[in-house]
Amino acid sequence: MGAGNLPHAALAPWKRVAVAACLAALCVPPFVLSNFSVFQLTLVIAYAVVLLGLNMLTGYNGQISLGHGAFYAIGAYAAAILMDHYAVPYWMTLPVAAALCLAAGFLFGLPALRLEGPYLALATFALAVALPQLLKYKAFEAWTGGVQGITIVKPDAPLGLPVNADQWLYFFALAVAILMFSLGRNLLRGRIGRAMVAVRDNPIAAEAMGIDIALYKSLTFGVSAMFTGVGGALGAIAVQFVAPDSFNAFLSIAFLVGIVVGGLGTLQGAVYGAIFIQFVPNIADRISRAAPWAIYGIMVILFVYVAPGGVASFVHYVSRRWRRKT
Amino acid sequence: MRLGTSFASLAFAAALAAAPAFAQKKYDPGASDTEIKIGQTMPYSGPASAYGTIGRIEAAYFKMVNEQGGINGRKLTLISLDDGYSPPRTVEATRRLVEQDEVLFDFQPLGTAANAAIRKYMNAKKVPQLFVATGATMWGDPKHYPWTMGWQPAYQTEGKIYAKDILTNHPNAKVAVLYQNDDYGKDLLKGLKDGLGAKASSLIVKEASYEVTDPSIDSQILSLKDSGADVFVNITTPKFAALAIRKVYDSGWRPTQYLANVSLSIGAVLTPAGLEKSAGLMTVAYLKDATDTEWENDPAMNDYRAFLKKYYPEGNLADSSNVYGYSAAQTLVQVLKQCGDNLTRENVMKQAASLKHLQLPLARPGIEINTGPDDFFPFEALQLQRFDGKHWVAFGKVIE
Amino acid sequence: MDTFLAQFLSGLATGGVYASLALALVMIHQATRLVNFAQGELAMFSTYIAWSLVNAGIPYWGAFALTLAISFACGIAIERVILRPVERGPVLSMVVIFIGLLVILNSVAGWIYSYTVRPFPSPFPSEPLFGQHYISSHDLGAIAVTLAVLVLVYAFFRFTPLGLAMRAAAQNPESARLVGIRVGWMRALGWGLATAIGASAGMMVAPIVFLDPNMMSGVLLYAFAAALLGGIDNPFGAVFGGFFVGVLENLLGAYLIGQELKLTVALVVIIAVLVVKPSGLFGRTLVRRV
Repeated sequence: MGAGNLPHAALAPWKRVAVAACLAALCVPPFVLSNFSVFQLTLVIAYAVVLLGLNMLTGYNGQISLGHGAFYAIGAYAAAILMDHYAVPYWMTLPVAAALCLAAGFLFGLPALRLEGPYLALATFALAVALPQLLKYKAFEAWTGGVQGITIVKPDAPLGLPVNADQWLYFFALAVAILMFSLGRNLLRGRIGRAMVAVRDNPIAAEAMGIDIALYKSLTFGVSAMFTGVGGALGAIAVQFVAPDSFNAFLSIAFLVGIVVGGLGTLQGAVYGAIFIQFVPNIADRISRAAPWAIYGIMVILFVYVAPGGVASFVHYVSRRWRRKT
Repeated sequence: MRLGTSFASLAFAAALAAAPAFAQKKYDPGASDTEIKIGQTMPYSGPASAYGTIGRIEAAYFKMVNEQGGINGRKLTLISLDDGYSPPRTVEATRRLVEQDEVLFDFQPLGTAANAAIRKYMNAKKVPQLFVATGATMWGDPKHYPWTMGWQPAYQTEGKIYAKDILTNHPNAKVAVLYQNDDYGKDLLKGLKDGLGAKASSLIVKEASYEVTDPSIDSQILSLKDSGADVFVNITTPKFAALAIRKVYDSGWRPTQYLANVSLSIGAVLTPAGLEKSAGLMTVAYLKDATDTEWENDPAMNDYRAFLKKYYPEGNLADSSNVYGYSAAQTLVQVLKQCGDNLTRENVMKQAASLKHLQLPLARPGIEINTGPDDFFPFEALQLQRFDGKHWVAFGKVIE
Repeated sequence: MDTFLAQFLSGLATGGVYASLALALVMIHQATRLVNFAQGELAMFSTYIAWSLVNAGIPYWGAFALTLAISFACGIAIERVILRPVERGPVLSMVVIFIGLLVILNSVAGWIYSYTVRPFPSPFPSEPLFGQHYISSHDLGAIAVTLAVLVLVYAFFRFTPLGLAMRAAAQNPESARLVGIRVGWMRALGWGLATAIGASAGMMVAPIVFLDPNMMSGVLLYAFAAALLGGIDNPFGAVFGGFFVGVLENLLGAYLIGQELKLTVALVVIIAVLVVKPSGLFGRTLVRRV
């Protein structure tokens, strides 16, 4: 399935310099861009973490999920409830959200074991569609704030650092994202990653070789959900609000679209995809007020035809051509 | 009057008195000699996209105002963004409007969750969140949120009026309620229960809810009928109101029925349901129903129809959202006129909070807009009316 | 007892709605082994075409037939033009394309026809049959149409050479090609038929729920639950599943769990069926040889 390349073993020295330069470059925007743009970039970072999680499941492990919005919602509500009801500091909500989603993902992964391709997509789609109603359920209202949701207060920079709340949150999200990406990269680089890809490409052979398919599939679901939940918590803190209407089926659809466009089975794909789902609706809105989602849909279908490996494969192709020339 | 409000009114009076002497222009971001920038978020896509027409008709109205010379010589520029009825997108769009587009204020952002999401931000930034397009009762709280104001009568007010009518005219009734499972339905239901007070639990024998995505509400109606109720409170939006009215009649149930205000349109609701099946329905209204032949020769209605034809031909006459948007736009125009050359955000809020006896052309006769520094509910009065098979006929006095 | 009967019959009426869309899902699955997420939106769009025709003055049954024909053609066109290039690709590409279609159709319908809710004419009389008040004539008529379509679909697959060819093409494309079956056109035919069935479902549903671009979004999930429950490769199963889900949803809602968790019921049904008996109640279990 497309460009499912595992990360290479060790980075060449020039690549390490490039990565360091990139990281340094990422620290610049909050100081040159407006608060609003910084806010948007923070959302991109949150989505990148989410898409990394989904990509693990769908790109590397071949399980199609149309319901990752649910795990995003769990992470978001976890952060909101902890911060609003229990006055838990914001940074502590992330590990809790991660743990909750790991468990939830694993539990969902268990029955999902028996589901193939389109059927798993269907089951997860059902989850995404049923979720808002479930969140509005009377019995949970005391916790979830019902339809009117929960408002969160954005944290200020600690220790009196000379950055405002938006900038601080950007750096915090960036740090979390770097941590998650490193974690993801190590996971995928090692035995676990190879097992995941083996399960995707040839499950029968993988089983014959001694890989416990059930365990790996459920684990992947759990880990994927965990990443998504962390992204959800970050997103909730950035937006400062959670409500059932924030987590409808379109959110899950957007995530899937993000990884397909970004590049299945690649780490960078998560970043490209995040940029796509954050900024393209705005652009589509400007082209046609009347049918923005139509533009979105058409772009997605075009990507499937023209660049099935997503933006990542396109970038890869361009960089190889360039390297060959020089 | 408390000290705070008396100071406020004194200050206000002083400001009024001083205004003519203050010929100097004052602008906040978004206002200039030639333009007033107005921000808005609307669900043009997604599950609530039917309400997008409110944004469209308001844009059309401002276009007309601009063609007639603008307000005090300034053109109105409405920047209306789609939020897909998703609060995170509302937050993003609103931040863009305030921080990037630098609008003077936010006009009629739609949706309870959407407005809840941005309220703290707007008040922190001191940007008016004006005439929010939702009837939730939480928007009239000037003490805590002085930059946020509602427009339409609160849903709870409506519920209380039905409650009062039940207590007066049907004190021993068995009441059944169908409500939409969202902020609108739940808020109206709360108003109903609060209005019934201690007797709520004894009078209401059955409640049933539905989601906007449900294909049918037959099951709910049947459960409600089964409870033996003889009064039915129908808290629904237009499509489901029509379904409910029809099913109630077809199932042989003939309760005294109260219909929620948002669904009173003869063209959009009662006709699809069946006019003969709708006879006897009661509701409250503050605006005129454009499809009620009672207003056939009403000059204001004729103006409205001409406006639609010229500036918003794709608008549906039967859609009460259009009357709503048109009237809200007129309210804003009045506020901006009152601002004169002082176009600061603070003054916009101040003028919005000093609308006195404003009788809009499409508001029912006798129902005016009134606001004050303590009163952030522009529309509070409602008129009970009953459907006689052809028209909505008012009965009783206008209730404040 | 009276109410129970009323709830039951009302469930059958709603179930008929699910069943008709489920039939379209089964048809697509028979032809392509795929789950078509865009089926609901296709049906909705076809219904809008019907509405335009009726509005232009064409009498109801004429518009009905014309809509079926147009939908058939469009279904074939969609398969040949949009899906053909990625036929051999991974399942994910197909899923994404379906989702893309779903989103596009929904937007375009809203753009062309606006989001105002419109009544849609029903060909059946408005007075209830026999003067009873349990079930309207339209509901009965819609169920009758669904059953008629069911019989036609079953007869097509069971008794016609074309139906056999289509099933063969879906089950084993390589062998089917060797026998001379034009596999690509079989799939296109399947799509055409499914779109036409969806159109008839939409036209039966619209008078009940009123026509608006989001009309089918509430129905789609229940239709999936119905199709899965009955067996996604069995038209009888799908229809049975539809009625079952409709009645179950009503009875559970009325007597057990209240109305606020209906979608969750659909979710549970879907997962339960997929986990416990993926072939559904009446489907055939597929055994894969390693």
